[in-house]
Amino acid sequence: MTLEILEPGLSTTVQDRGRFGHYNVGIPQGGSMDQLSAEIVNALVGNTAEEAVLECTYLGPKFRTSAPAVIAVGGAPVEVKVNGATAPQWEAIELAAGDEVSFGFLQGGTRYYVAVRGGIDVPLVLGSRSTYALGALGGYQGRKLAAGDQVPVGDTASGEVLGAIAPELRPAFPAETEIRVLLGLYDHRLTAAGLATLLESTWTLTPVADRTGLRYSGPEVEWKEREQPFGAGSDPSNIVDAGYAVGSIQIPGGKEPIVLHRDAVSGGGYAMVATVISADMDSLARSAPGTKTRFVAVSMEEAVAARSEGKALRRSIWG
Amino acid sequence: MSDTLSADSLKGTARYTWGGDEFLFVEISEAMSLAANFKSNSMATRLGGRALAGVTEICPANASLLVRFDPDLLGAADLESAMREIEVEVDNASHPVLNTRLIEIPVWYDDPYTRETGARFRSGHQRPEGTDLDFAAEVNDLSGADEFIRRHHSSPWLVSMVGFVAGLPFMFQMVPREQQLEVPKYLSPRTDTPPLTVGHGGCFACIYSVRGAGGYQMFGIAAAPIFDPAQSLADFKDFMVFFKPGDIVKFRPVDEVEYKSIKEQVDAGTFVYKQVPVTFDLAEALGDPESYNTKLLENLNDS
Repeated sequence: MTLEILEPGLSTTVQDRGRFGHYNVGIPQGGSMDQLSAEIVNALVGNTAEEAVLECTYLGPKFRTSAPAVIAVGGAPVEVKVNGATAPQWEAIELAAGDEVSFGFLQGGTRYYVAVRGGIDVPLVLGSRSTYALGALGGYQGRKLAAGDQVPVGDTASGEVLGAIAPELRPAFPAETEIRVLLGLYDHRLTAAGLATLLESTWTLTPVADRTGLRYSGPEVEWKEREQPFGAGSDPSNIVDAGYAVGSIQIPGGKEPIVLHRDAVSGGGYAMVATVISADMDSLARSAPGTKTRFVAVSMEEAVAARSEGKALRRSIWG
Repeated sequence: MSDTLSADSLKGTARYTWGGDEFLFVEISEAMSLAANFKSNSMATRLGGRALAGVTEICPANASLLVRFDPDLLGAADLESAMREIEVEVDNASHPVLNTRLIEIPVWYDDPYTRETGARFRSGHQRPEGTDLDFAAEVNDLSGADEFIRRHHSSPWLVSMVGFVAGLPFMFQMVPREQQLEVPKYLSPRTDTPPLTVGHGGCFACIYSVRGAGGYQMFGIAAAPIFDPAQSLADFKDFMVFFKPGDIVKFRPVDEVEYKSIKEQVDAGTFVYKQVPVTFDLAEALGDPESYNTKLLENLNDS
């Protein structure tokens, strides 16, 4: 079975849980930015959590099925249309051969996910089907989808179609959010005032937000002046190029903090001052430009507890 | 090396800090040096050797080390104490050596591809007239581009980190600090860089593995791929990325004719890199760099 892509949308890519074990040579983890939403739509169509889905960004694709299929759409709120008629989000939808699926405008958030029973069946590359566009690796021919693509769907789903998911389990897409961070890495290079600015300001997500990272506008953050170490570059926000933690926050030149996400470069010469905890990486990915954001410092113990809560929530989806 | 840190001066100095609940960051030194890189690499190798359950990524960098772990399988405190043990082991190793390889990388310096790209982004450059090579020669007080190119390919470079994008090597010149070529990055990054551009920013050389944005000055173009997702060439049979931290690189200047001949071999699938196994001895390299480098590079002539 294939999905024939009639219109590709703005940036539609194949993603799964990600590609691990090659960050040491600069290959990012990739994978669905909003893992929970991707996991729910997989559960709805009876896939495992490992199956690949389509990640749609802002403007979705239009596609036609070559055979009967079961799909589910979840993530950012959007109108789903089958042959032009509205169909529900967060529910399994049965399609006949030749049905055309398209989408309306987003009503919040940034990305939504389309799961197809059987999973998107592109080849595994380094253990993952996720698209790494910069390296022309994985996904559908290493790139975002284009009109005319025939996207293969697997035929081996064994799980039961769930039908629908309880409303309280669906992720929210608020216009204001709190993101929990663990301070560390190079936070000692900020002045006390700089650190207070980071944690006490309300930051606004700019349109410069994609799979590599999210840039925020707000007040300037003060770095301590110093004589720079050899090889570190001339600005106080520079360090000798180092590995970047996924989720880490850097503030080049003290302006516009950038939070790195799943397709970020694996290293560079900007000091990181805090890292978004693993439990909040999905919330971060759900933010739309304009989202008012506060970064709230938590302890390692709180980060690990939040991670456990997230895992328990995900277990409840699978019943 | 006169003012370069010795291995002894870095004993027990690493700083341990967390990148969220999944990353441990170990800063060996704030400043770049061969000794700091050697220690980062040695710690990474030893951590890999322990095959600790829950360690998912081990990423040695120039003067630091990033370790990713799964906190459901390995507690943060347990990982930190294992790393601190490893640091002591590395600090106490009697005669540190690294078994690695020396690789010859053919480069067409001052080529038309990087020249054209450099010209397109000239308006915001530190030195709008001339080329990046002219600028690099000037800031290093050298007679001109030719002298800069000669200095660039006459000494070996250590691959001190692989990353940024897939397979991109950062390289540190194996000469005393006062002889190292240093060039500031572009004032504002370019939105385009030809694939395989040989670049330079601060004290680091690099080879851009893929086309894209970049802020390093551009000096030439490597003739053969360093990242091959299709794994069509023999050097990529086992893995799509060519470089590993610890590799030692010798650039070899080639002209247009040889560049094109190598390109043909690449297209025909017959190109193989010239490389030899070598043992890198940190103490010897720091003790008498000039004669050590001469001896090291002779390995390529013998092969």
